Amino acid sequence: MLDKLSEIEKTALDALGSVQDASSLDAWRVAQLGRSSPLMQVFSGFGALSKEERPIVGQAANKVKAALEAALAEKTEAVKRSALERSLSGEKLDVTLPGRTIHHGRLHPSTQQLRRVLSILAEMGFQVYTSREVETDEMNFQLLNFPPHHPAREMQDSFYVEAEGREENPVLMRTHTSPGQIHAMREFAAMNPKDPPSIRIALPGMCFRYEQITARSEIQFNQVEGLAVGKGITFSNLKGTLIDFAHRMFGQNARTRFRASYFPFTEPSAEMDVECFVCGGKGCAVCKNSGWLEILGCGMVHPVVLQNGGYDPKIYSGFAWGMGPERQLMLRYKIEDIRYFWGNDVRFLEQF
Amino acid sequence: MKIPLSWLKDFIDLDGLSVEDIARKLTLAGLEVDEIKYVGLPMPVYQDGEKHEFKTSGIAWDKEKIVVAEIREVNPHPNADRLTLLDLFDGQQAQTVLTGAPNIFHLKGQGKLPKPIKVAYAKEGAALYDGHAEGLQLMTLKRAKIRGVDSYSMVCSEKELGIAEDHEGIILLDDDAPVGMPLADYMGDAVLDISILPNMARNANVIGVARELAALTGRELKKPAIKFKTSGDSIDKLVSIEITDPELNPRFVLGLIRDVEIKPSPYQIQRRLKLAGMRPINNIVDATNYAMLELGEPLHAFDYDVLKERAGNKNVRIITRTAKDGEKLITLDGVDRKLTSMNMLVCDESGPLSIAGVMGGAESEVYDASKEVLDAKGIELKAGATPQGKISIRGRSTTTILLEGAAWNFINIRRTAKQHNLPSEASFRFSRGVHPALAEQGVKRGLQLMAEWSGGNIAPGLVDEYPLKPKDSVVEVRPKDVKRLLGIELSAQEIVDLLERLEFKCKVRESEIGNRKSSKKTDSRLPTPDSQITVTAPPHRLDIGQGTIGLADVLEEVARSYGYDRIPETRMADALPPQIGNPVNEWEEHLRDLLVALGLQEVVTYRMTSVERESRVIAHNEYVRIANPIAPEKSILRRSLAASVLDALEKNIHLSESLSFFEIGPVFEPLKNDLPNEPRRLAVAMTGLRDAAAWDMKDSPALDFYDMKGRIELLLSGLGFTDISFASTDSVNYLHPGKAAQVQVNGQAVGAFGELHPLVREKYELGDAPVLVAEFDLEILRGIAPMYAIAPVPEFPPILEDIAVIVDESVAASRLEVLIRQTGGKNVTNVRLFDVYRGDQVGAGKKSLAYSLTYQAADKTMTDAEAAAIRNKIVKRLEQEVGAKLRS
Repeated sequence: MLDKLSEIEKTALDALGSVQDASSLDAWRVAQLGRSSPLMQVFSGFGALSKEERPIVGQAANKVKAALEAALAEKTEAVKRSALERSLSGEKLDVTLPGRTIHHGRLHPSTQQLRRVLSILAEMGFQVYTSREVETDEMNFQLLNFPPHHPAREMQDSFYVEAEGREENPVLMRTHTSPGQIHAMREFAAMNPKDPPSIRIALPGMCFRYEQITARSEIQFNQVEGLAVGKGITFSNLKGTLIDFAHRMFGQNARTRFRASYFPFTEPSAEMDVECFVCGGKGCAVCKNSGWLEILGCGMVHPVVLQNGGYDPKIYSGFAWGMGPERQLMLRYKIEDIRYFWGNDVRFLEQF
Repeated sequence: MKIPLSWLKDFIDLDGLSVEDIARKLTLAGLEVDEIKYVGLPMPVYQDGEKHEFKTSGIAWDKEKIVVAEIREVNPHPNADRLTLLDLFDGQQAQTVLTGAPNIFHLKGQGKLPKPIKVAYAKEGAALYDGHAEGLQLMTLKRAKIRGVDSYSMVCSEKELGIAEDHEGIILLDDDAPVGMPLADYMGDAVLDISILPNMARNANVIGVARELAALTGRELKKPAIKFKTSGDSIDKLVSIEITDPELNPRFVLGLIRDVEIKPSPYQIQRRLKLAGMRPINNIVDATNYAMLELGEPLHAFDYDVLKERAGNKNVRIITRTAKDGEKLITLDGVDRKLTSMNMLVCDESGPLSIAGVMGGAESEVYDASKEVLDAKGIELKAGATPQGKISIRGRSTTTILLEGAAWNFINIRRTAKQHNLPSEASFRFSRGVHPALAEQGVKRGLQLMAEWSGGNIAPGLVDEYPLKPKDSVVEVRPKDVKRLLGIELSAQEIVDLLERLEFKCKVRESEIGNRKSSKKTDSRLPTPDSQITVTAPPHRLDIGQGTIGLADVLEEVARSYGYDRIPETRMADALPPQIGNPVNEWEEHLRDLLVALGLQEVVTYRMTSVERESRVIAHNEYVRIANPIAPEKSILRRSLAASVLDALEKNIHLSESLSFFEIGPVFEPLKNDLPNEPRRLAVAMTGLRDAAAWDMKDSPALDFYDMKGRIELLLSGLGFTDISFASTDSVNYLHPGKAAQVQVNGQAVGAFGELHPLVREKYELGDAPVLVAEFDLEILRGIAPMYAIAPVPEFPPILEDIAVIVDESVAASRLEVLIRQTGGKNVTNVRLFDVYRGDQVGAGKKSLAYSLTYQAADKTMTDAEAAAIRNKIVKRLEQEVGAKLRS
């Protein structure tokens, strides 16, 4: 009987050696450890054994059973591991296939740039002030120190709006956001006409000029102006504030320079140039070999404008500046055709 | 304005300053140098990595290889009739040079020239422009054999040296040119191309630029000495002036010069004029142009004998007046111009002579009988255009010049020049304002130059009518104003120094307070904030005002003269402003963020459109119309934002499988007797596939009404609204009557959306998929205050249950949901429609709606029995209210 048991053990372990997968392992378990397996028959044949034989055979049979069970556990683990290995190696993805996309939204590039500019200005204390797009000649020009037939008006050819009986004060599409300076000053001054409060505002918005639509010129464009009015605001403050702005906008190391210039509504007037961020100032096509980019026009608010806004120029002073978000984008991204902005071609918009 | 450096140096010593230094100083002071063109002077060489400062062009002349030489004899070429061999001396040795130049050809074979001809001579290896090539091509002069003769050098044309485009002949230098001198030393130059700002018209001349440089460098401005001898009868015996409208013609000055010989100007003068962008004509016309470029006063030369003949040999009377409507004048470009009453004319008693300040008339123009070319542009007078026939003296050259210098109203000149489309150097200056004081200086300088270049004799005196003198601009400036507005501390004396460099007259008065405090003599170098400086503007400036305006004008000059770059940078330190913010803008930006998060692309379209384009979507009776549209398709301001966004959609329809656009902006509603309303709108348009295609996922369904609706629901809840309802509408004409909804928030209509009406979409090229459009009135929507609170997150588990009910087709889904929620009360926390079924199983005219209900109590775990009780109540209510049957 003991021989038979060792025979059973040997046969079973031999059979286990060729088992490779879960199903043949299960078949092996049934055949070797199942109810009708030779080993179990040994157990169930106990009754036929003598009293003396029983403990010996019993002990030996239990030992065989334990050995088979241990082998089964070990084999089960091995089969599981090899099955996992097989499945892992079979589940290899081509990671270079394209990812599944979604239809997602974007802001128009002009909005993105306006936000960049306005958020910097907001942190510098300039609040957004918006005003209407259809204006009177008075608001757009006269109150801003552009008298009728002034040469400076030629820099801002206008779209006029049909309106009867308004020869003296025609209606037009604003050529700049500057009428907002008058609106804002009057609104602030009305808070306390005897001693108007100081002003720090940013004026964003769409402006319109009579131009042919070409790669370089558009009939509508965004502008952002800044305006600071208060007691004791100086040209030195203008420089300090705009250099701060340039550092935030173009980087802390951005070099700037101020050139004297002319705008009817500021005096002294200046243009601020930033060292060309395309070539680092060495000279390139973007900066027309000058090393500098014209970024904004600025100046001390003209006394006539202060007066028209309700601020006494003998007591108050201020500065204003203006810049173009689309122009900034064109410089920054080397966009060569301004018509892209209102063309709304998805192939352009999707690049932002 | 093109300024040759050599000309500047007549008036200011620029030693020690490079061309770039000069250009930089001018640029920072507001005379922006757009380009530096080198015409002979050494060009800056930029090492790798070195910074450029200016756009540069041009050519440097090698000092060894390009020199002044003299031609001593012009000999025939042995093998070519059209070529000559020059016997030439370059200062060191004799050379034989081959040329085909037509302007010395006539000297061929005359033997030794009585007076050698001075030329620009280039030796082998010199870098020049190729005279025969199209445009400007650099080349190096190489040795060659031309028709059997060895050629190793050449005499140069203006084109080869980069002076002008001309390759008609070689340059014939003035007789005093020193033989052997490097040409670069003799006449090497650089031209600064300066943009003249509208308020700096005073600087549109060489002296103006020199004056600025003098101020910027502290150097002396050397004005030309105007001195000349006179002879013969004085002018006032021959000519008189009548000004009819001093507002339009504040001053008129005339001078006279006799016995002029009309011939070309000296070469150096011609060269300067060319570099400054003008074409030399003859010594008389050149003198008017030269004086104008130098001083800024445009001059006009009349043929005095023509005027005398017109006056019947009596005294000439010059009259300035406005034209009669329809009056005509043939201008010197040969055009017969019809005038209007706005145009100012210079006339004599028999009629108009010239359009004041803009262009002269042909008849009285200086006439050079040796040339057919008369006018400044070199356009030949067309036969019949000139009235020469009437005037007997035409046919011989002009000998006596009546020279006009005047002051005109700049607005009037501007409008006239624009009306006749006659931009000229003269109208450029007059239309920006020329100080009347310059009229006299200009005439004198012009006479002086004419006498110098033509051998003429100047008549004594001038005739000078000056009925309207401009008021002196006098401005009071105190150091404390400089401190208050510029932020720099300057003493009275420092301010005076800065202003006097620009020829302002200054008088300092120490303040009484200052004097009382200190008995010692005050040092004007110390800051004296209260001292007063009385500043008078110089007599070439019209741009300095009075009072606070004048103060700003003068402070700008202080700042420019001091240097913007020297003013320190400081931060503002005044009181902070009231915080008003911009809730409208903040709300719109939030709206934009929500829309982008919903997968929509923002577009920005033109405000200007056309009635035709917009009425594809919606037609109005009234629009805000553009009076001067650039094109018919941009002739009105939009009234429908949906139309704009649909345009954008149409443009992109073939570019993407799925398009979802939105725009936020104003529309323009006309108002009687007032500026238009500019209400803000939101428009959304969508079409194409619902899901993005992928390589393993195809055939996404097309976006439809419910895709749009879902986004609108999310948008409105994102804005904080909870009371949102939708009602079917057939009143939005551009929407499909069965697939359109009006949107209400808190019971107020805020907008509508739906599928584009089939008849509207026919007018677009928009593919086959449904097109969804929405437009919202942001003025209304913004006015509705969102009222919401965040609900606590439930602590107890929910019971989920699905129920399906069969109702008549006419029952709106929203009605069922309202009933379920009302009946269920607070313990039904979610009602979600998950299926709509129509078909045999429910019968015709019926539909089955399946809802997933969530039962949940805030304070305990709900039992099945409690949920069932609620469900039964709901089913009963639905049955009572809308005849719903529970579907088993």
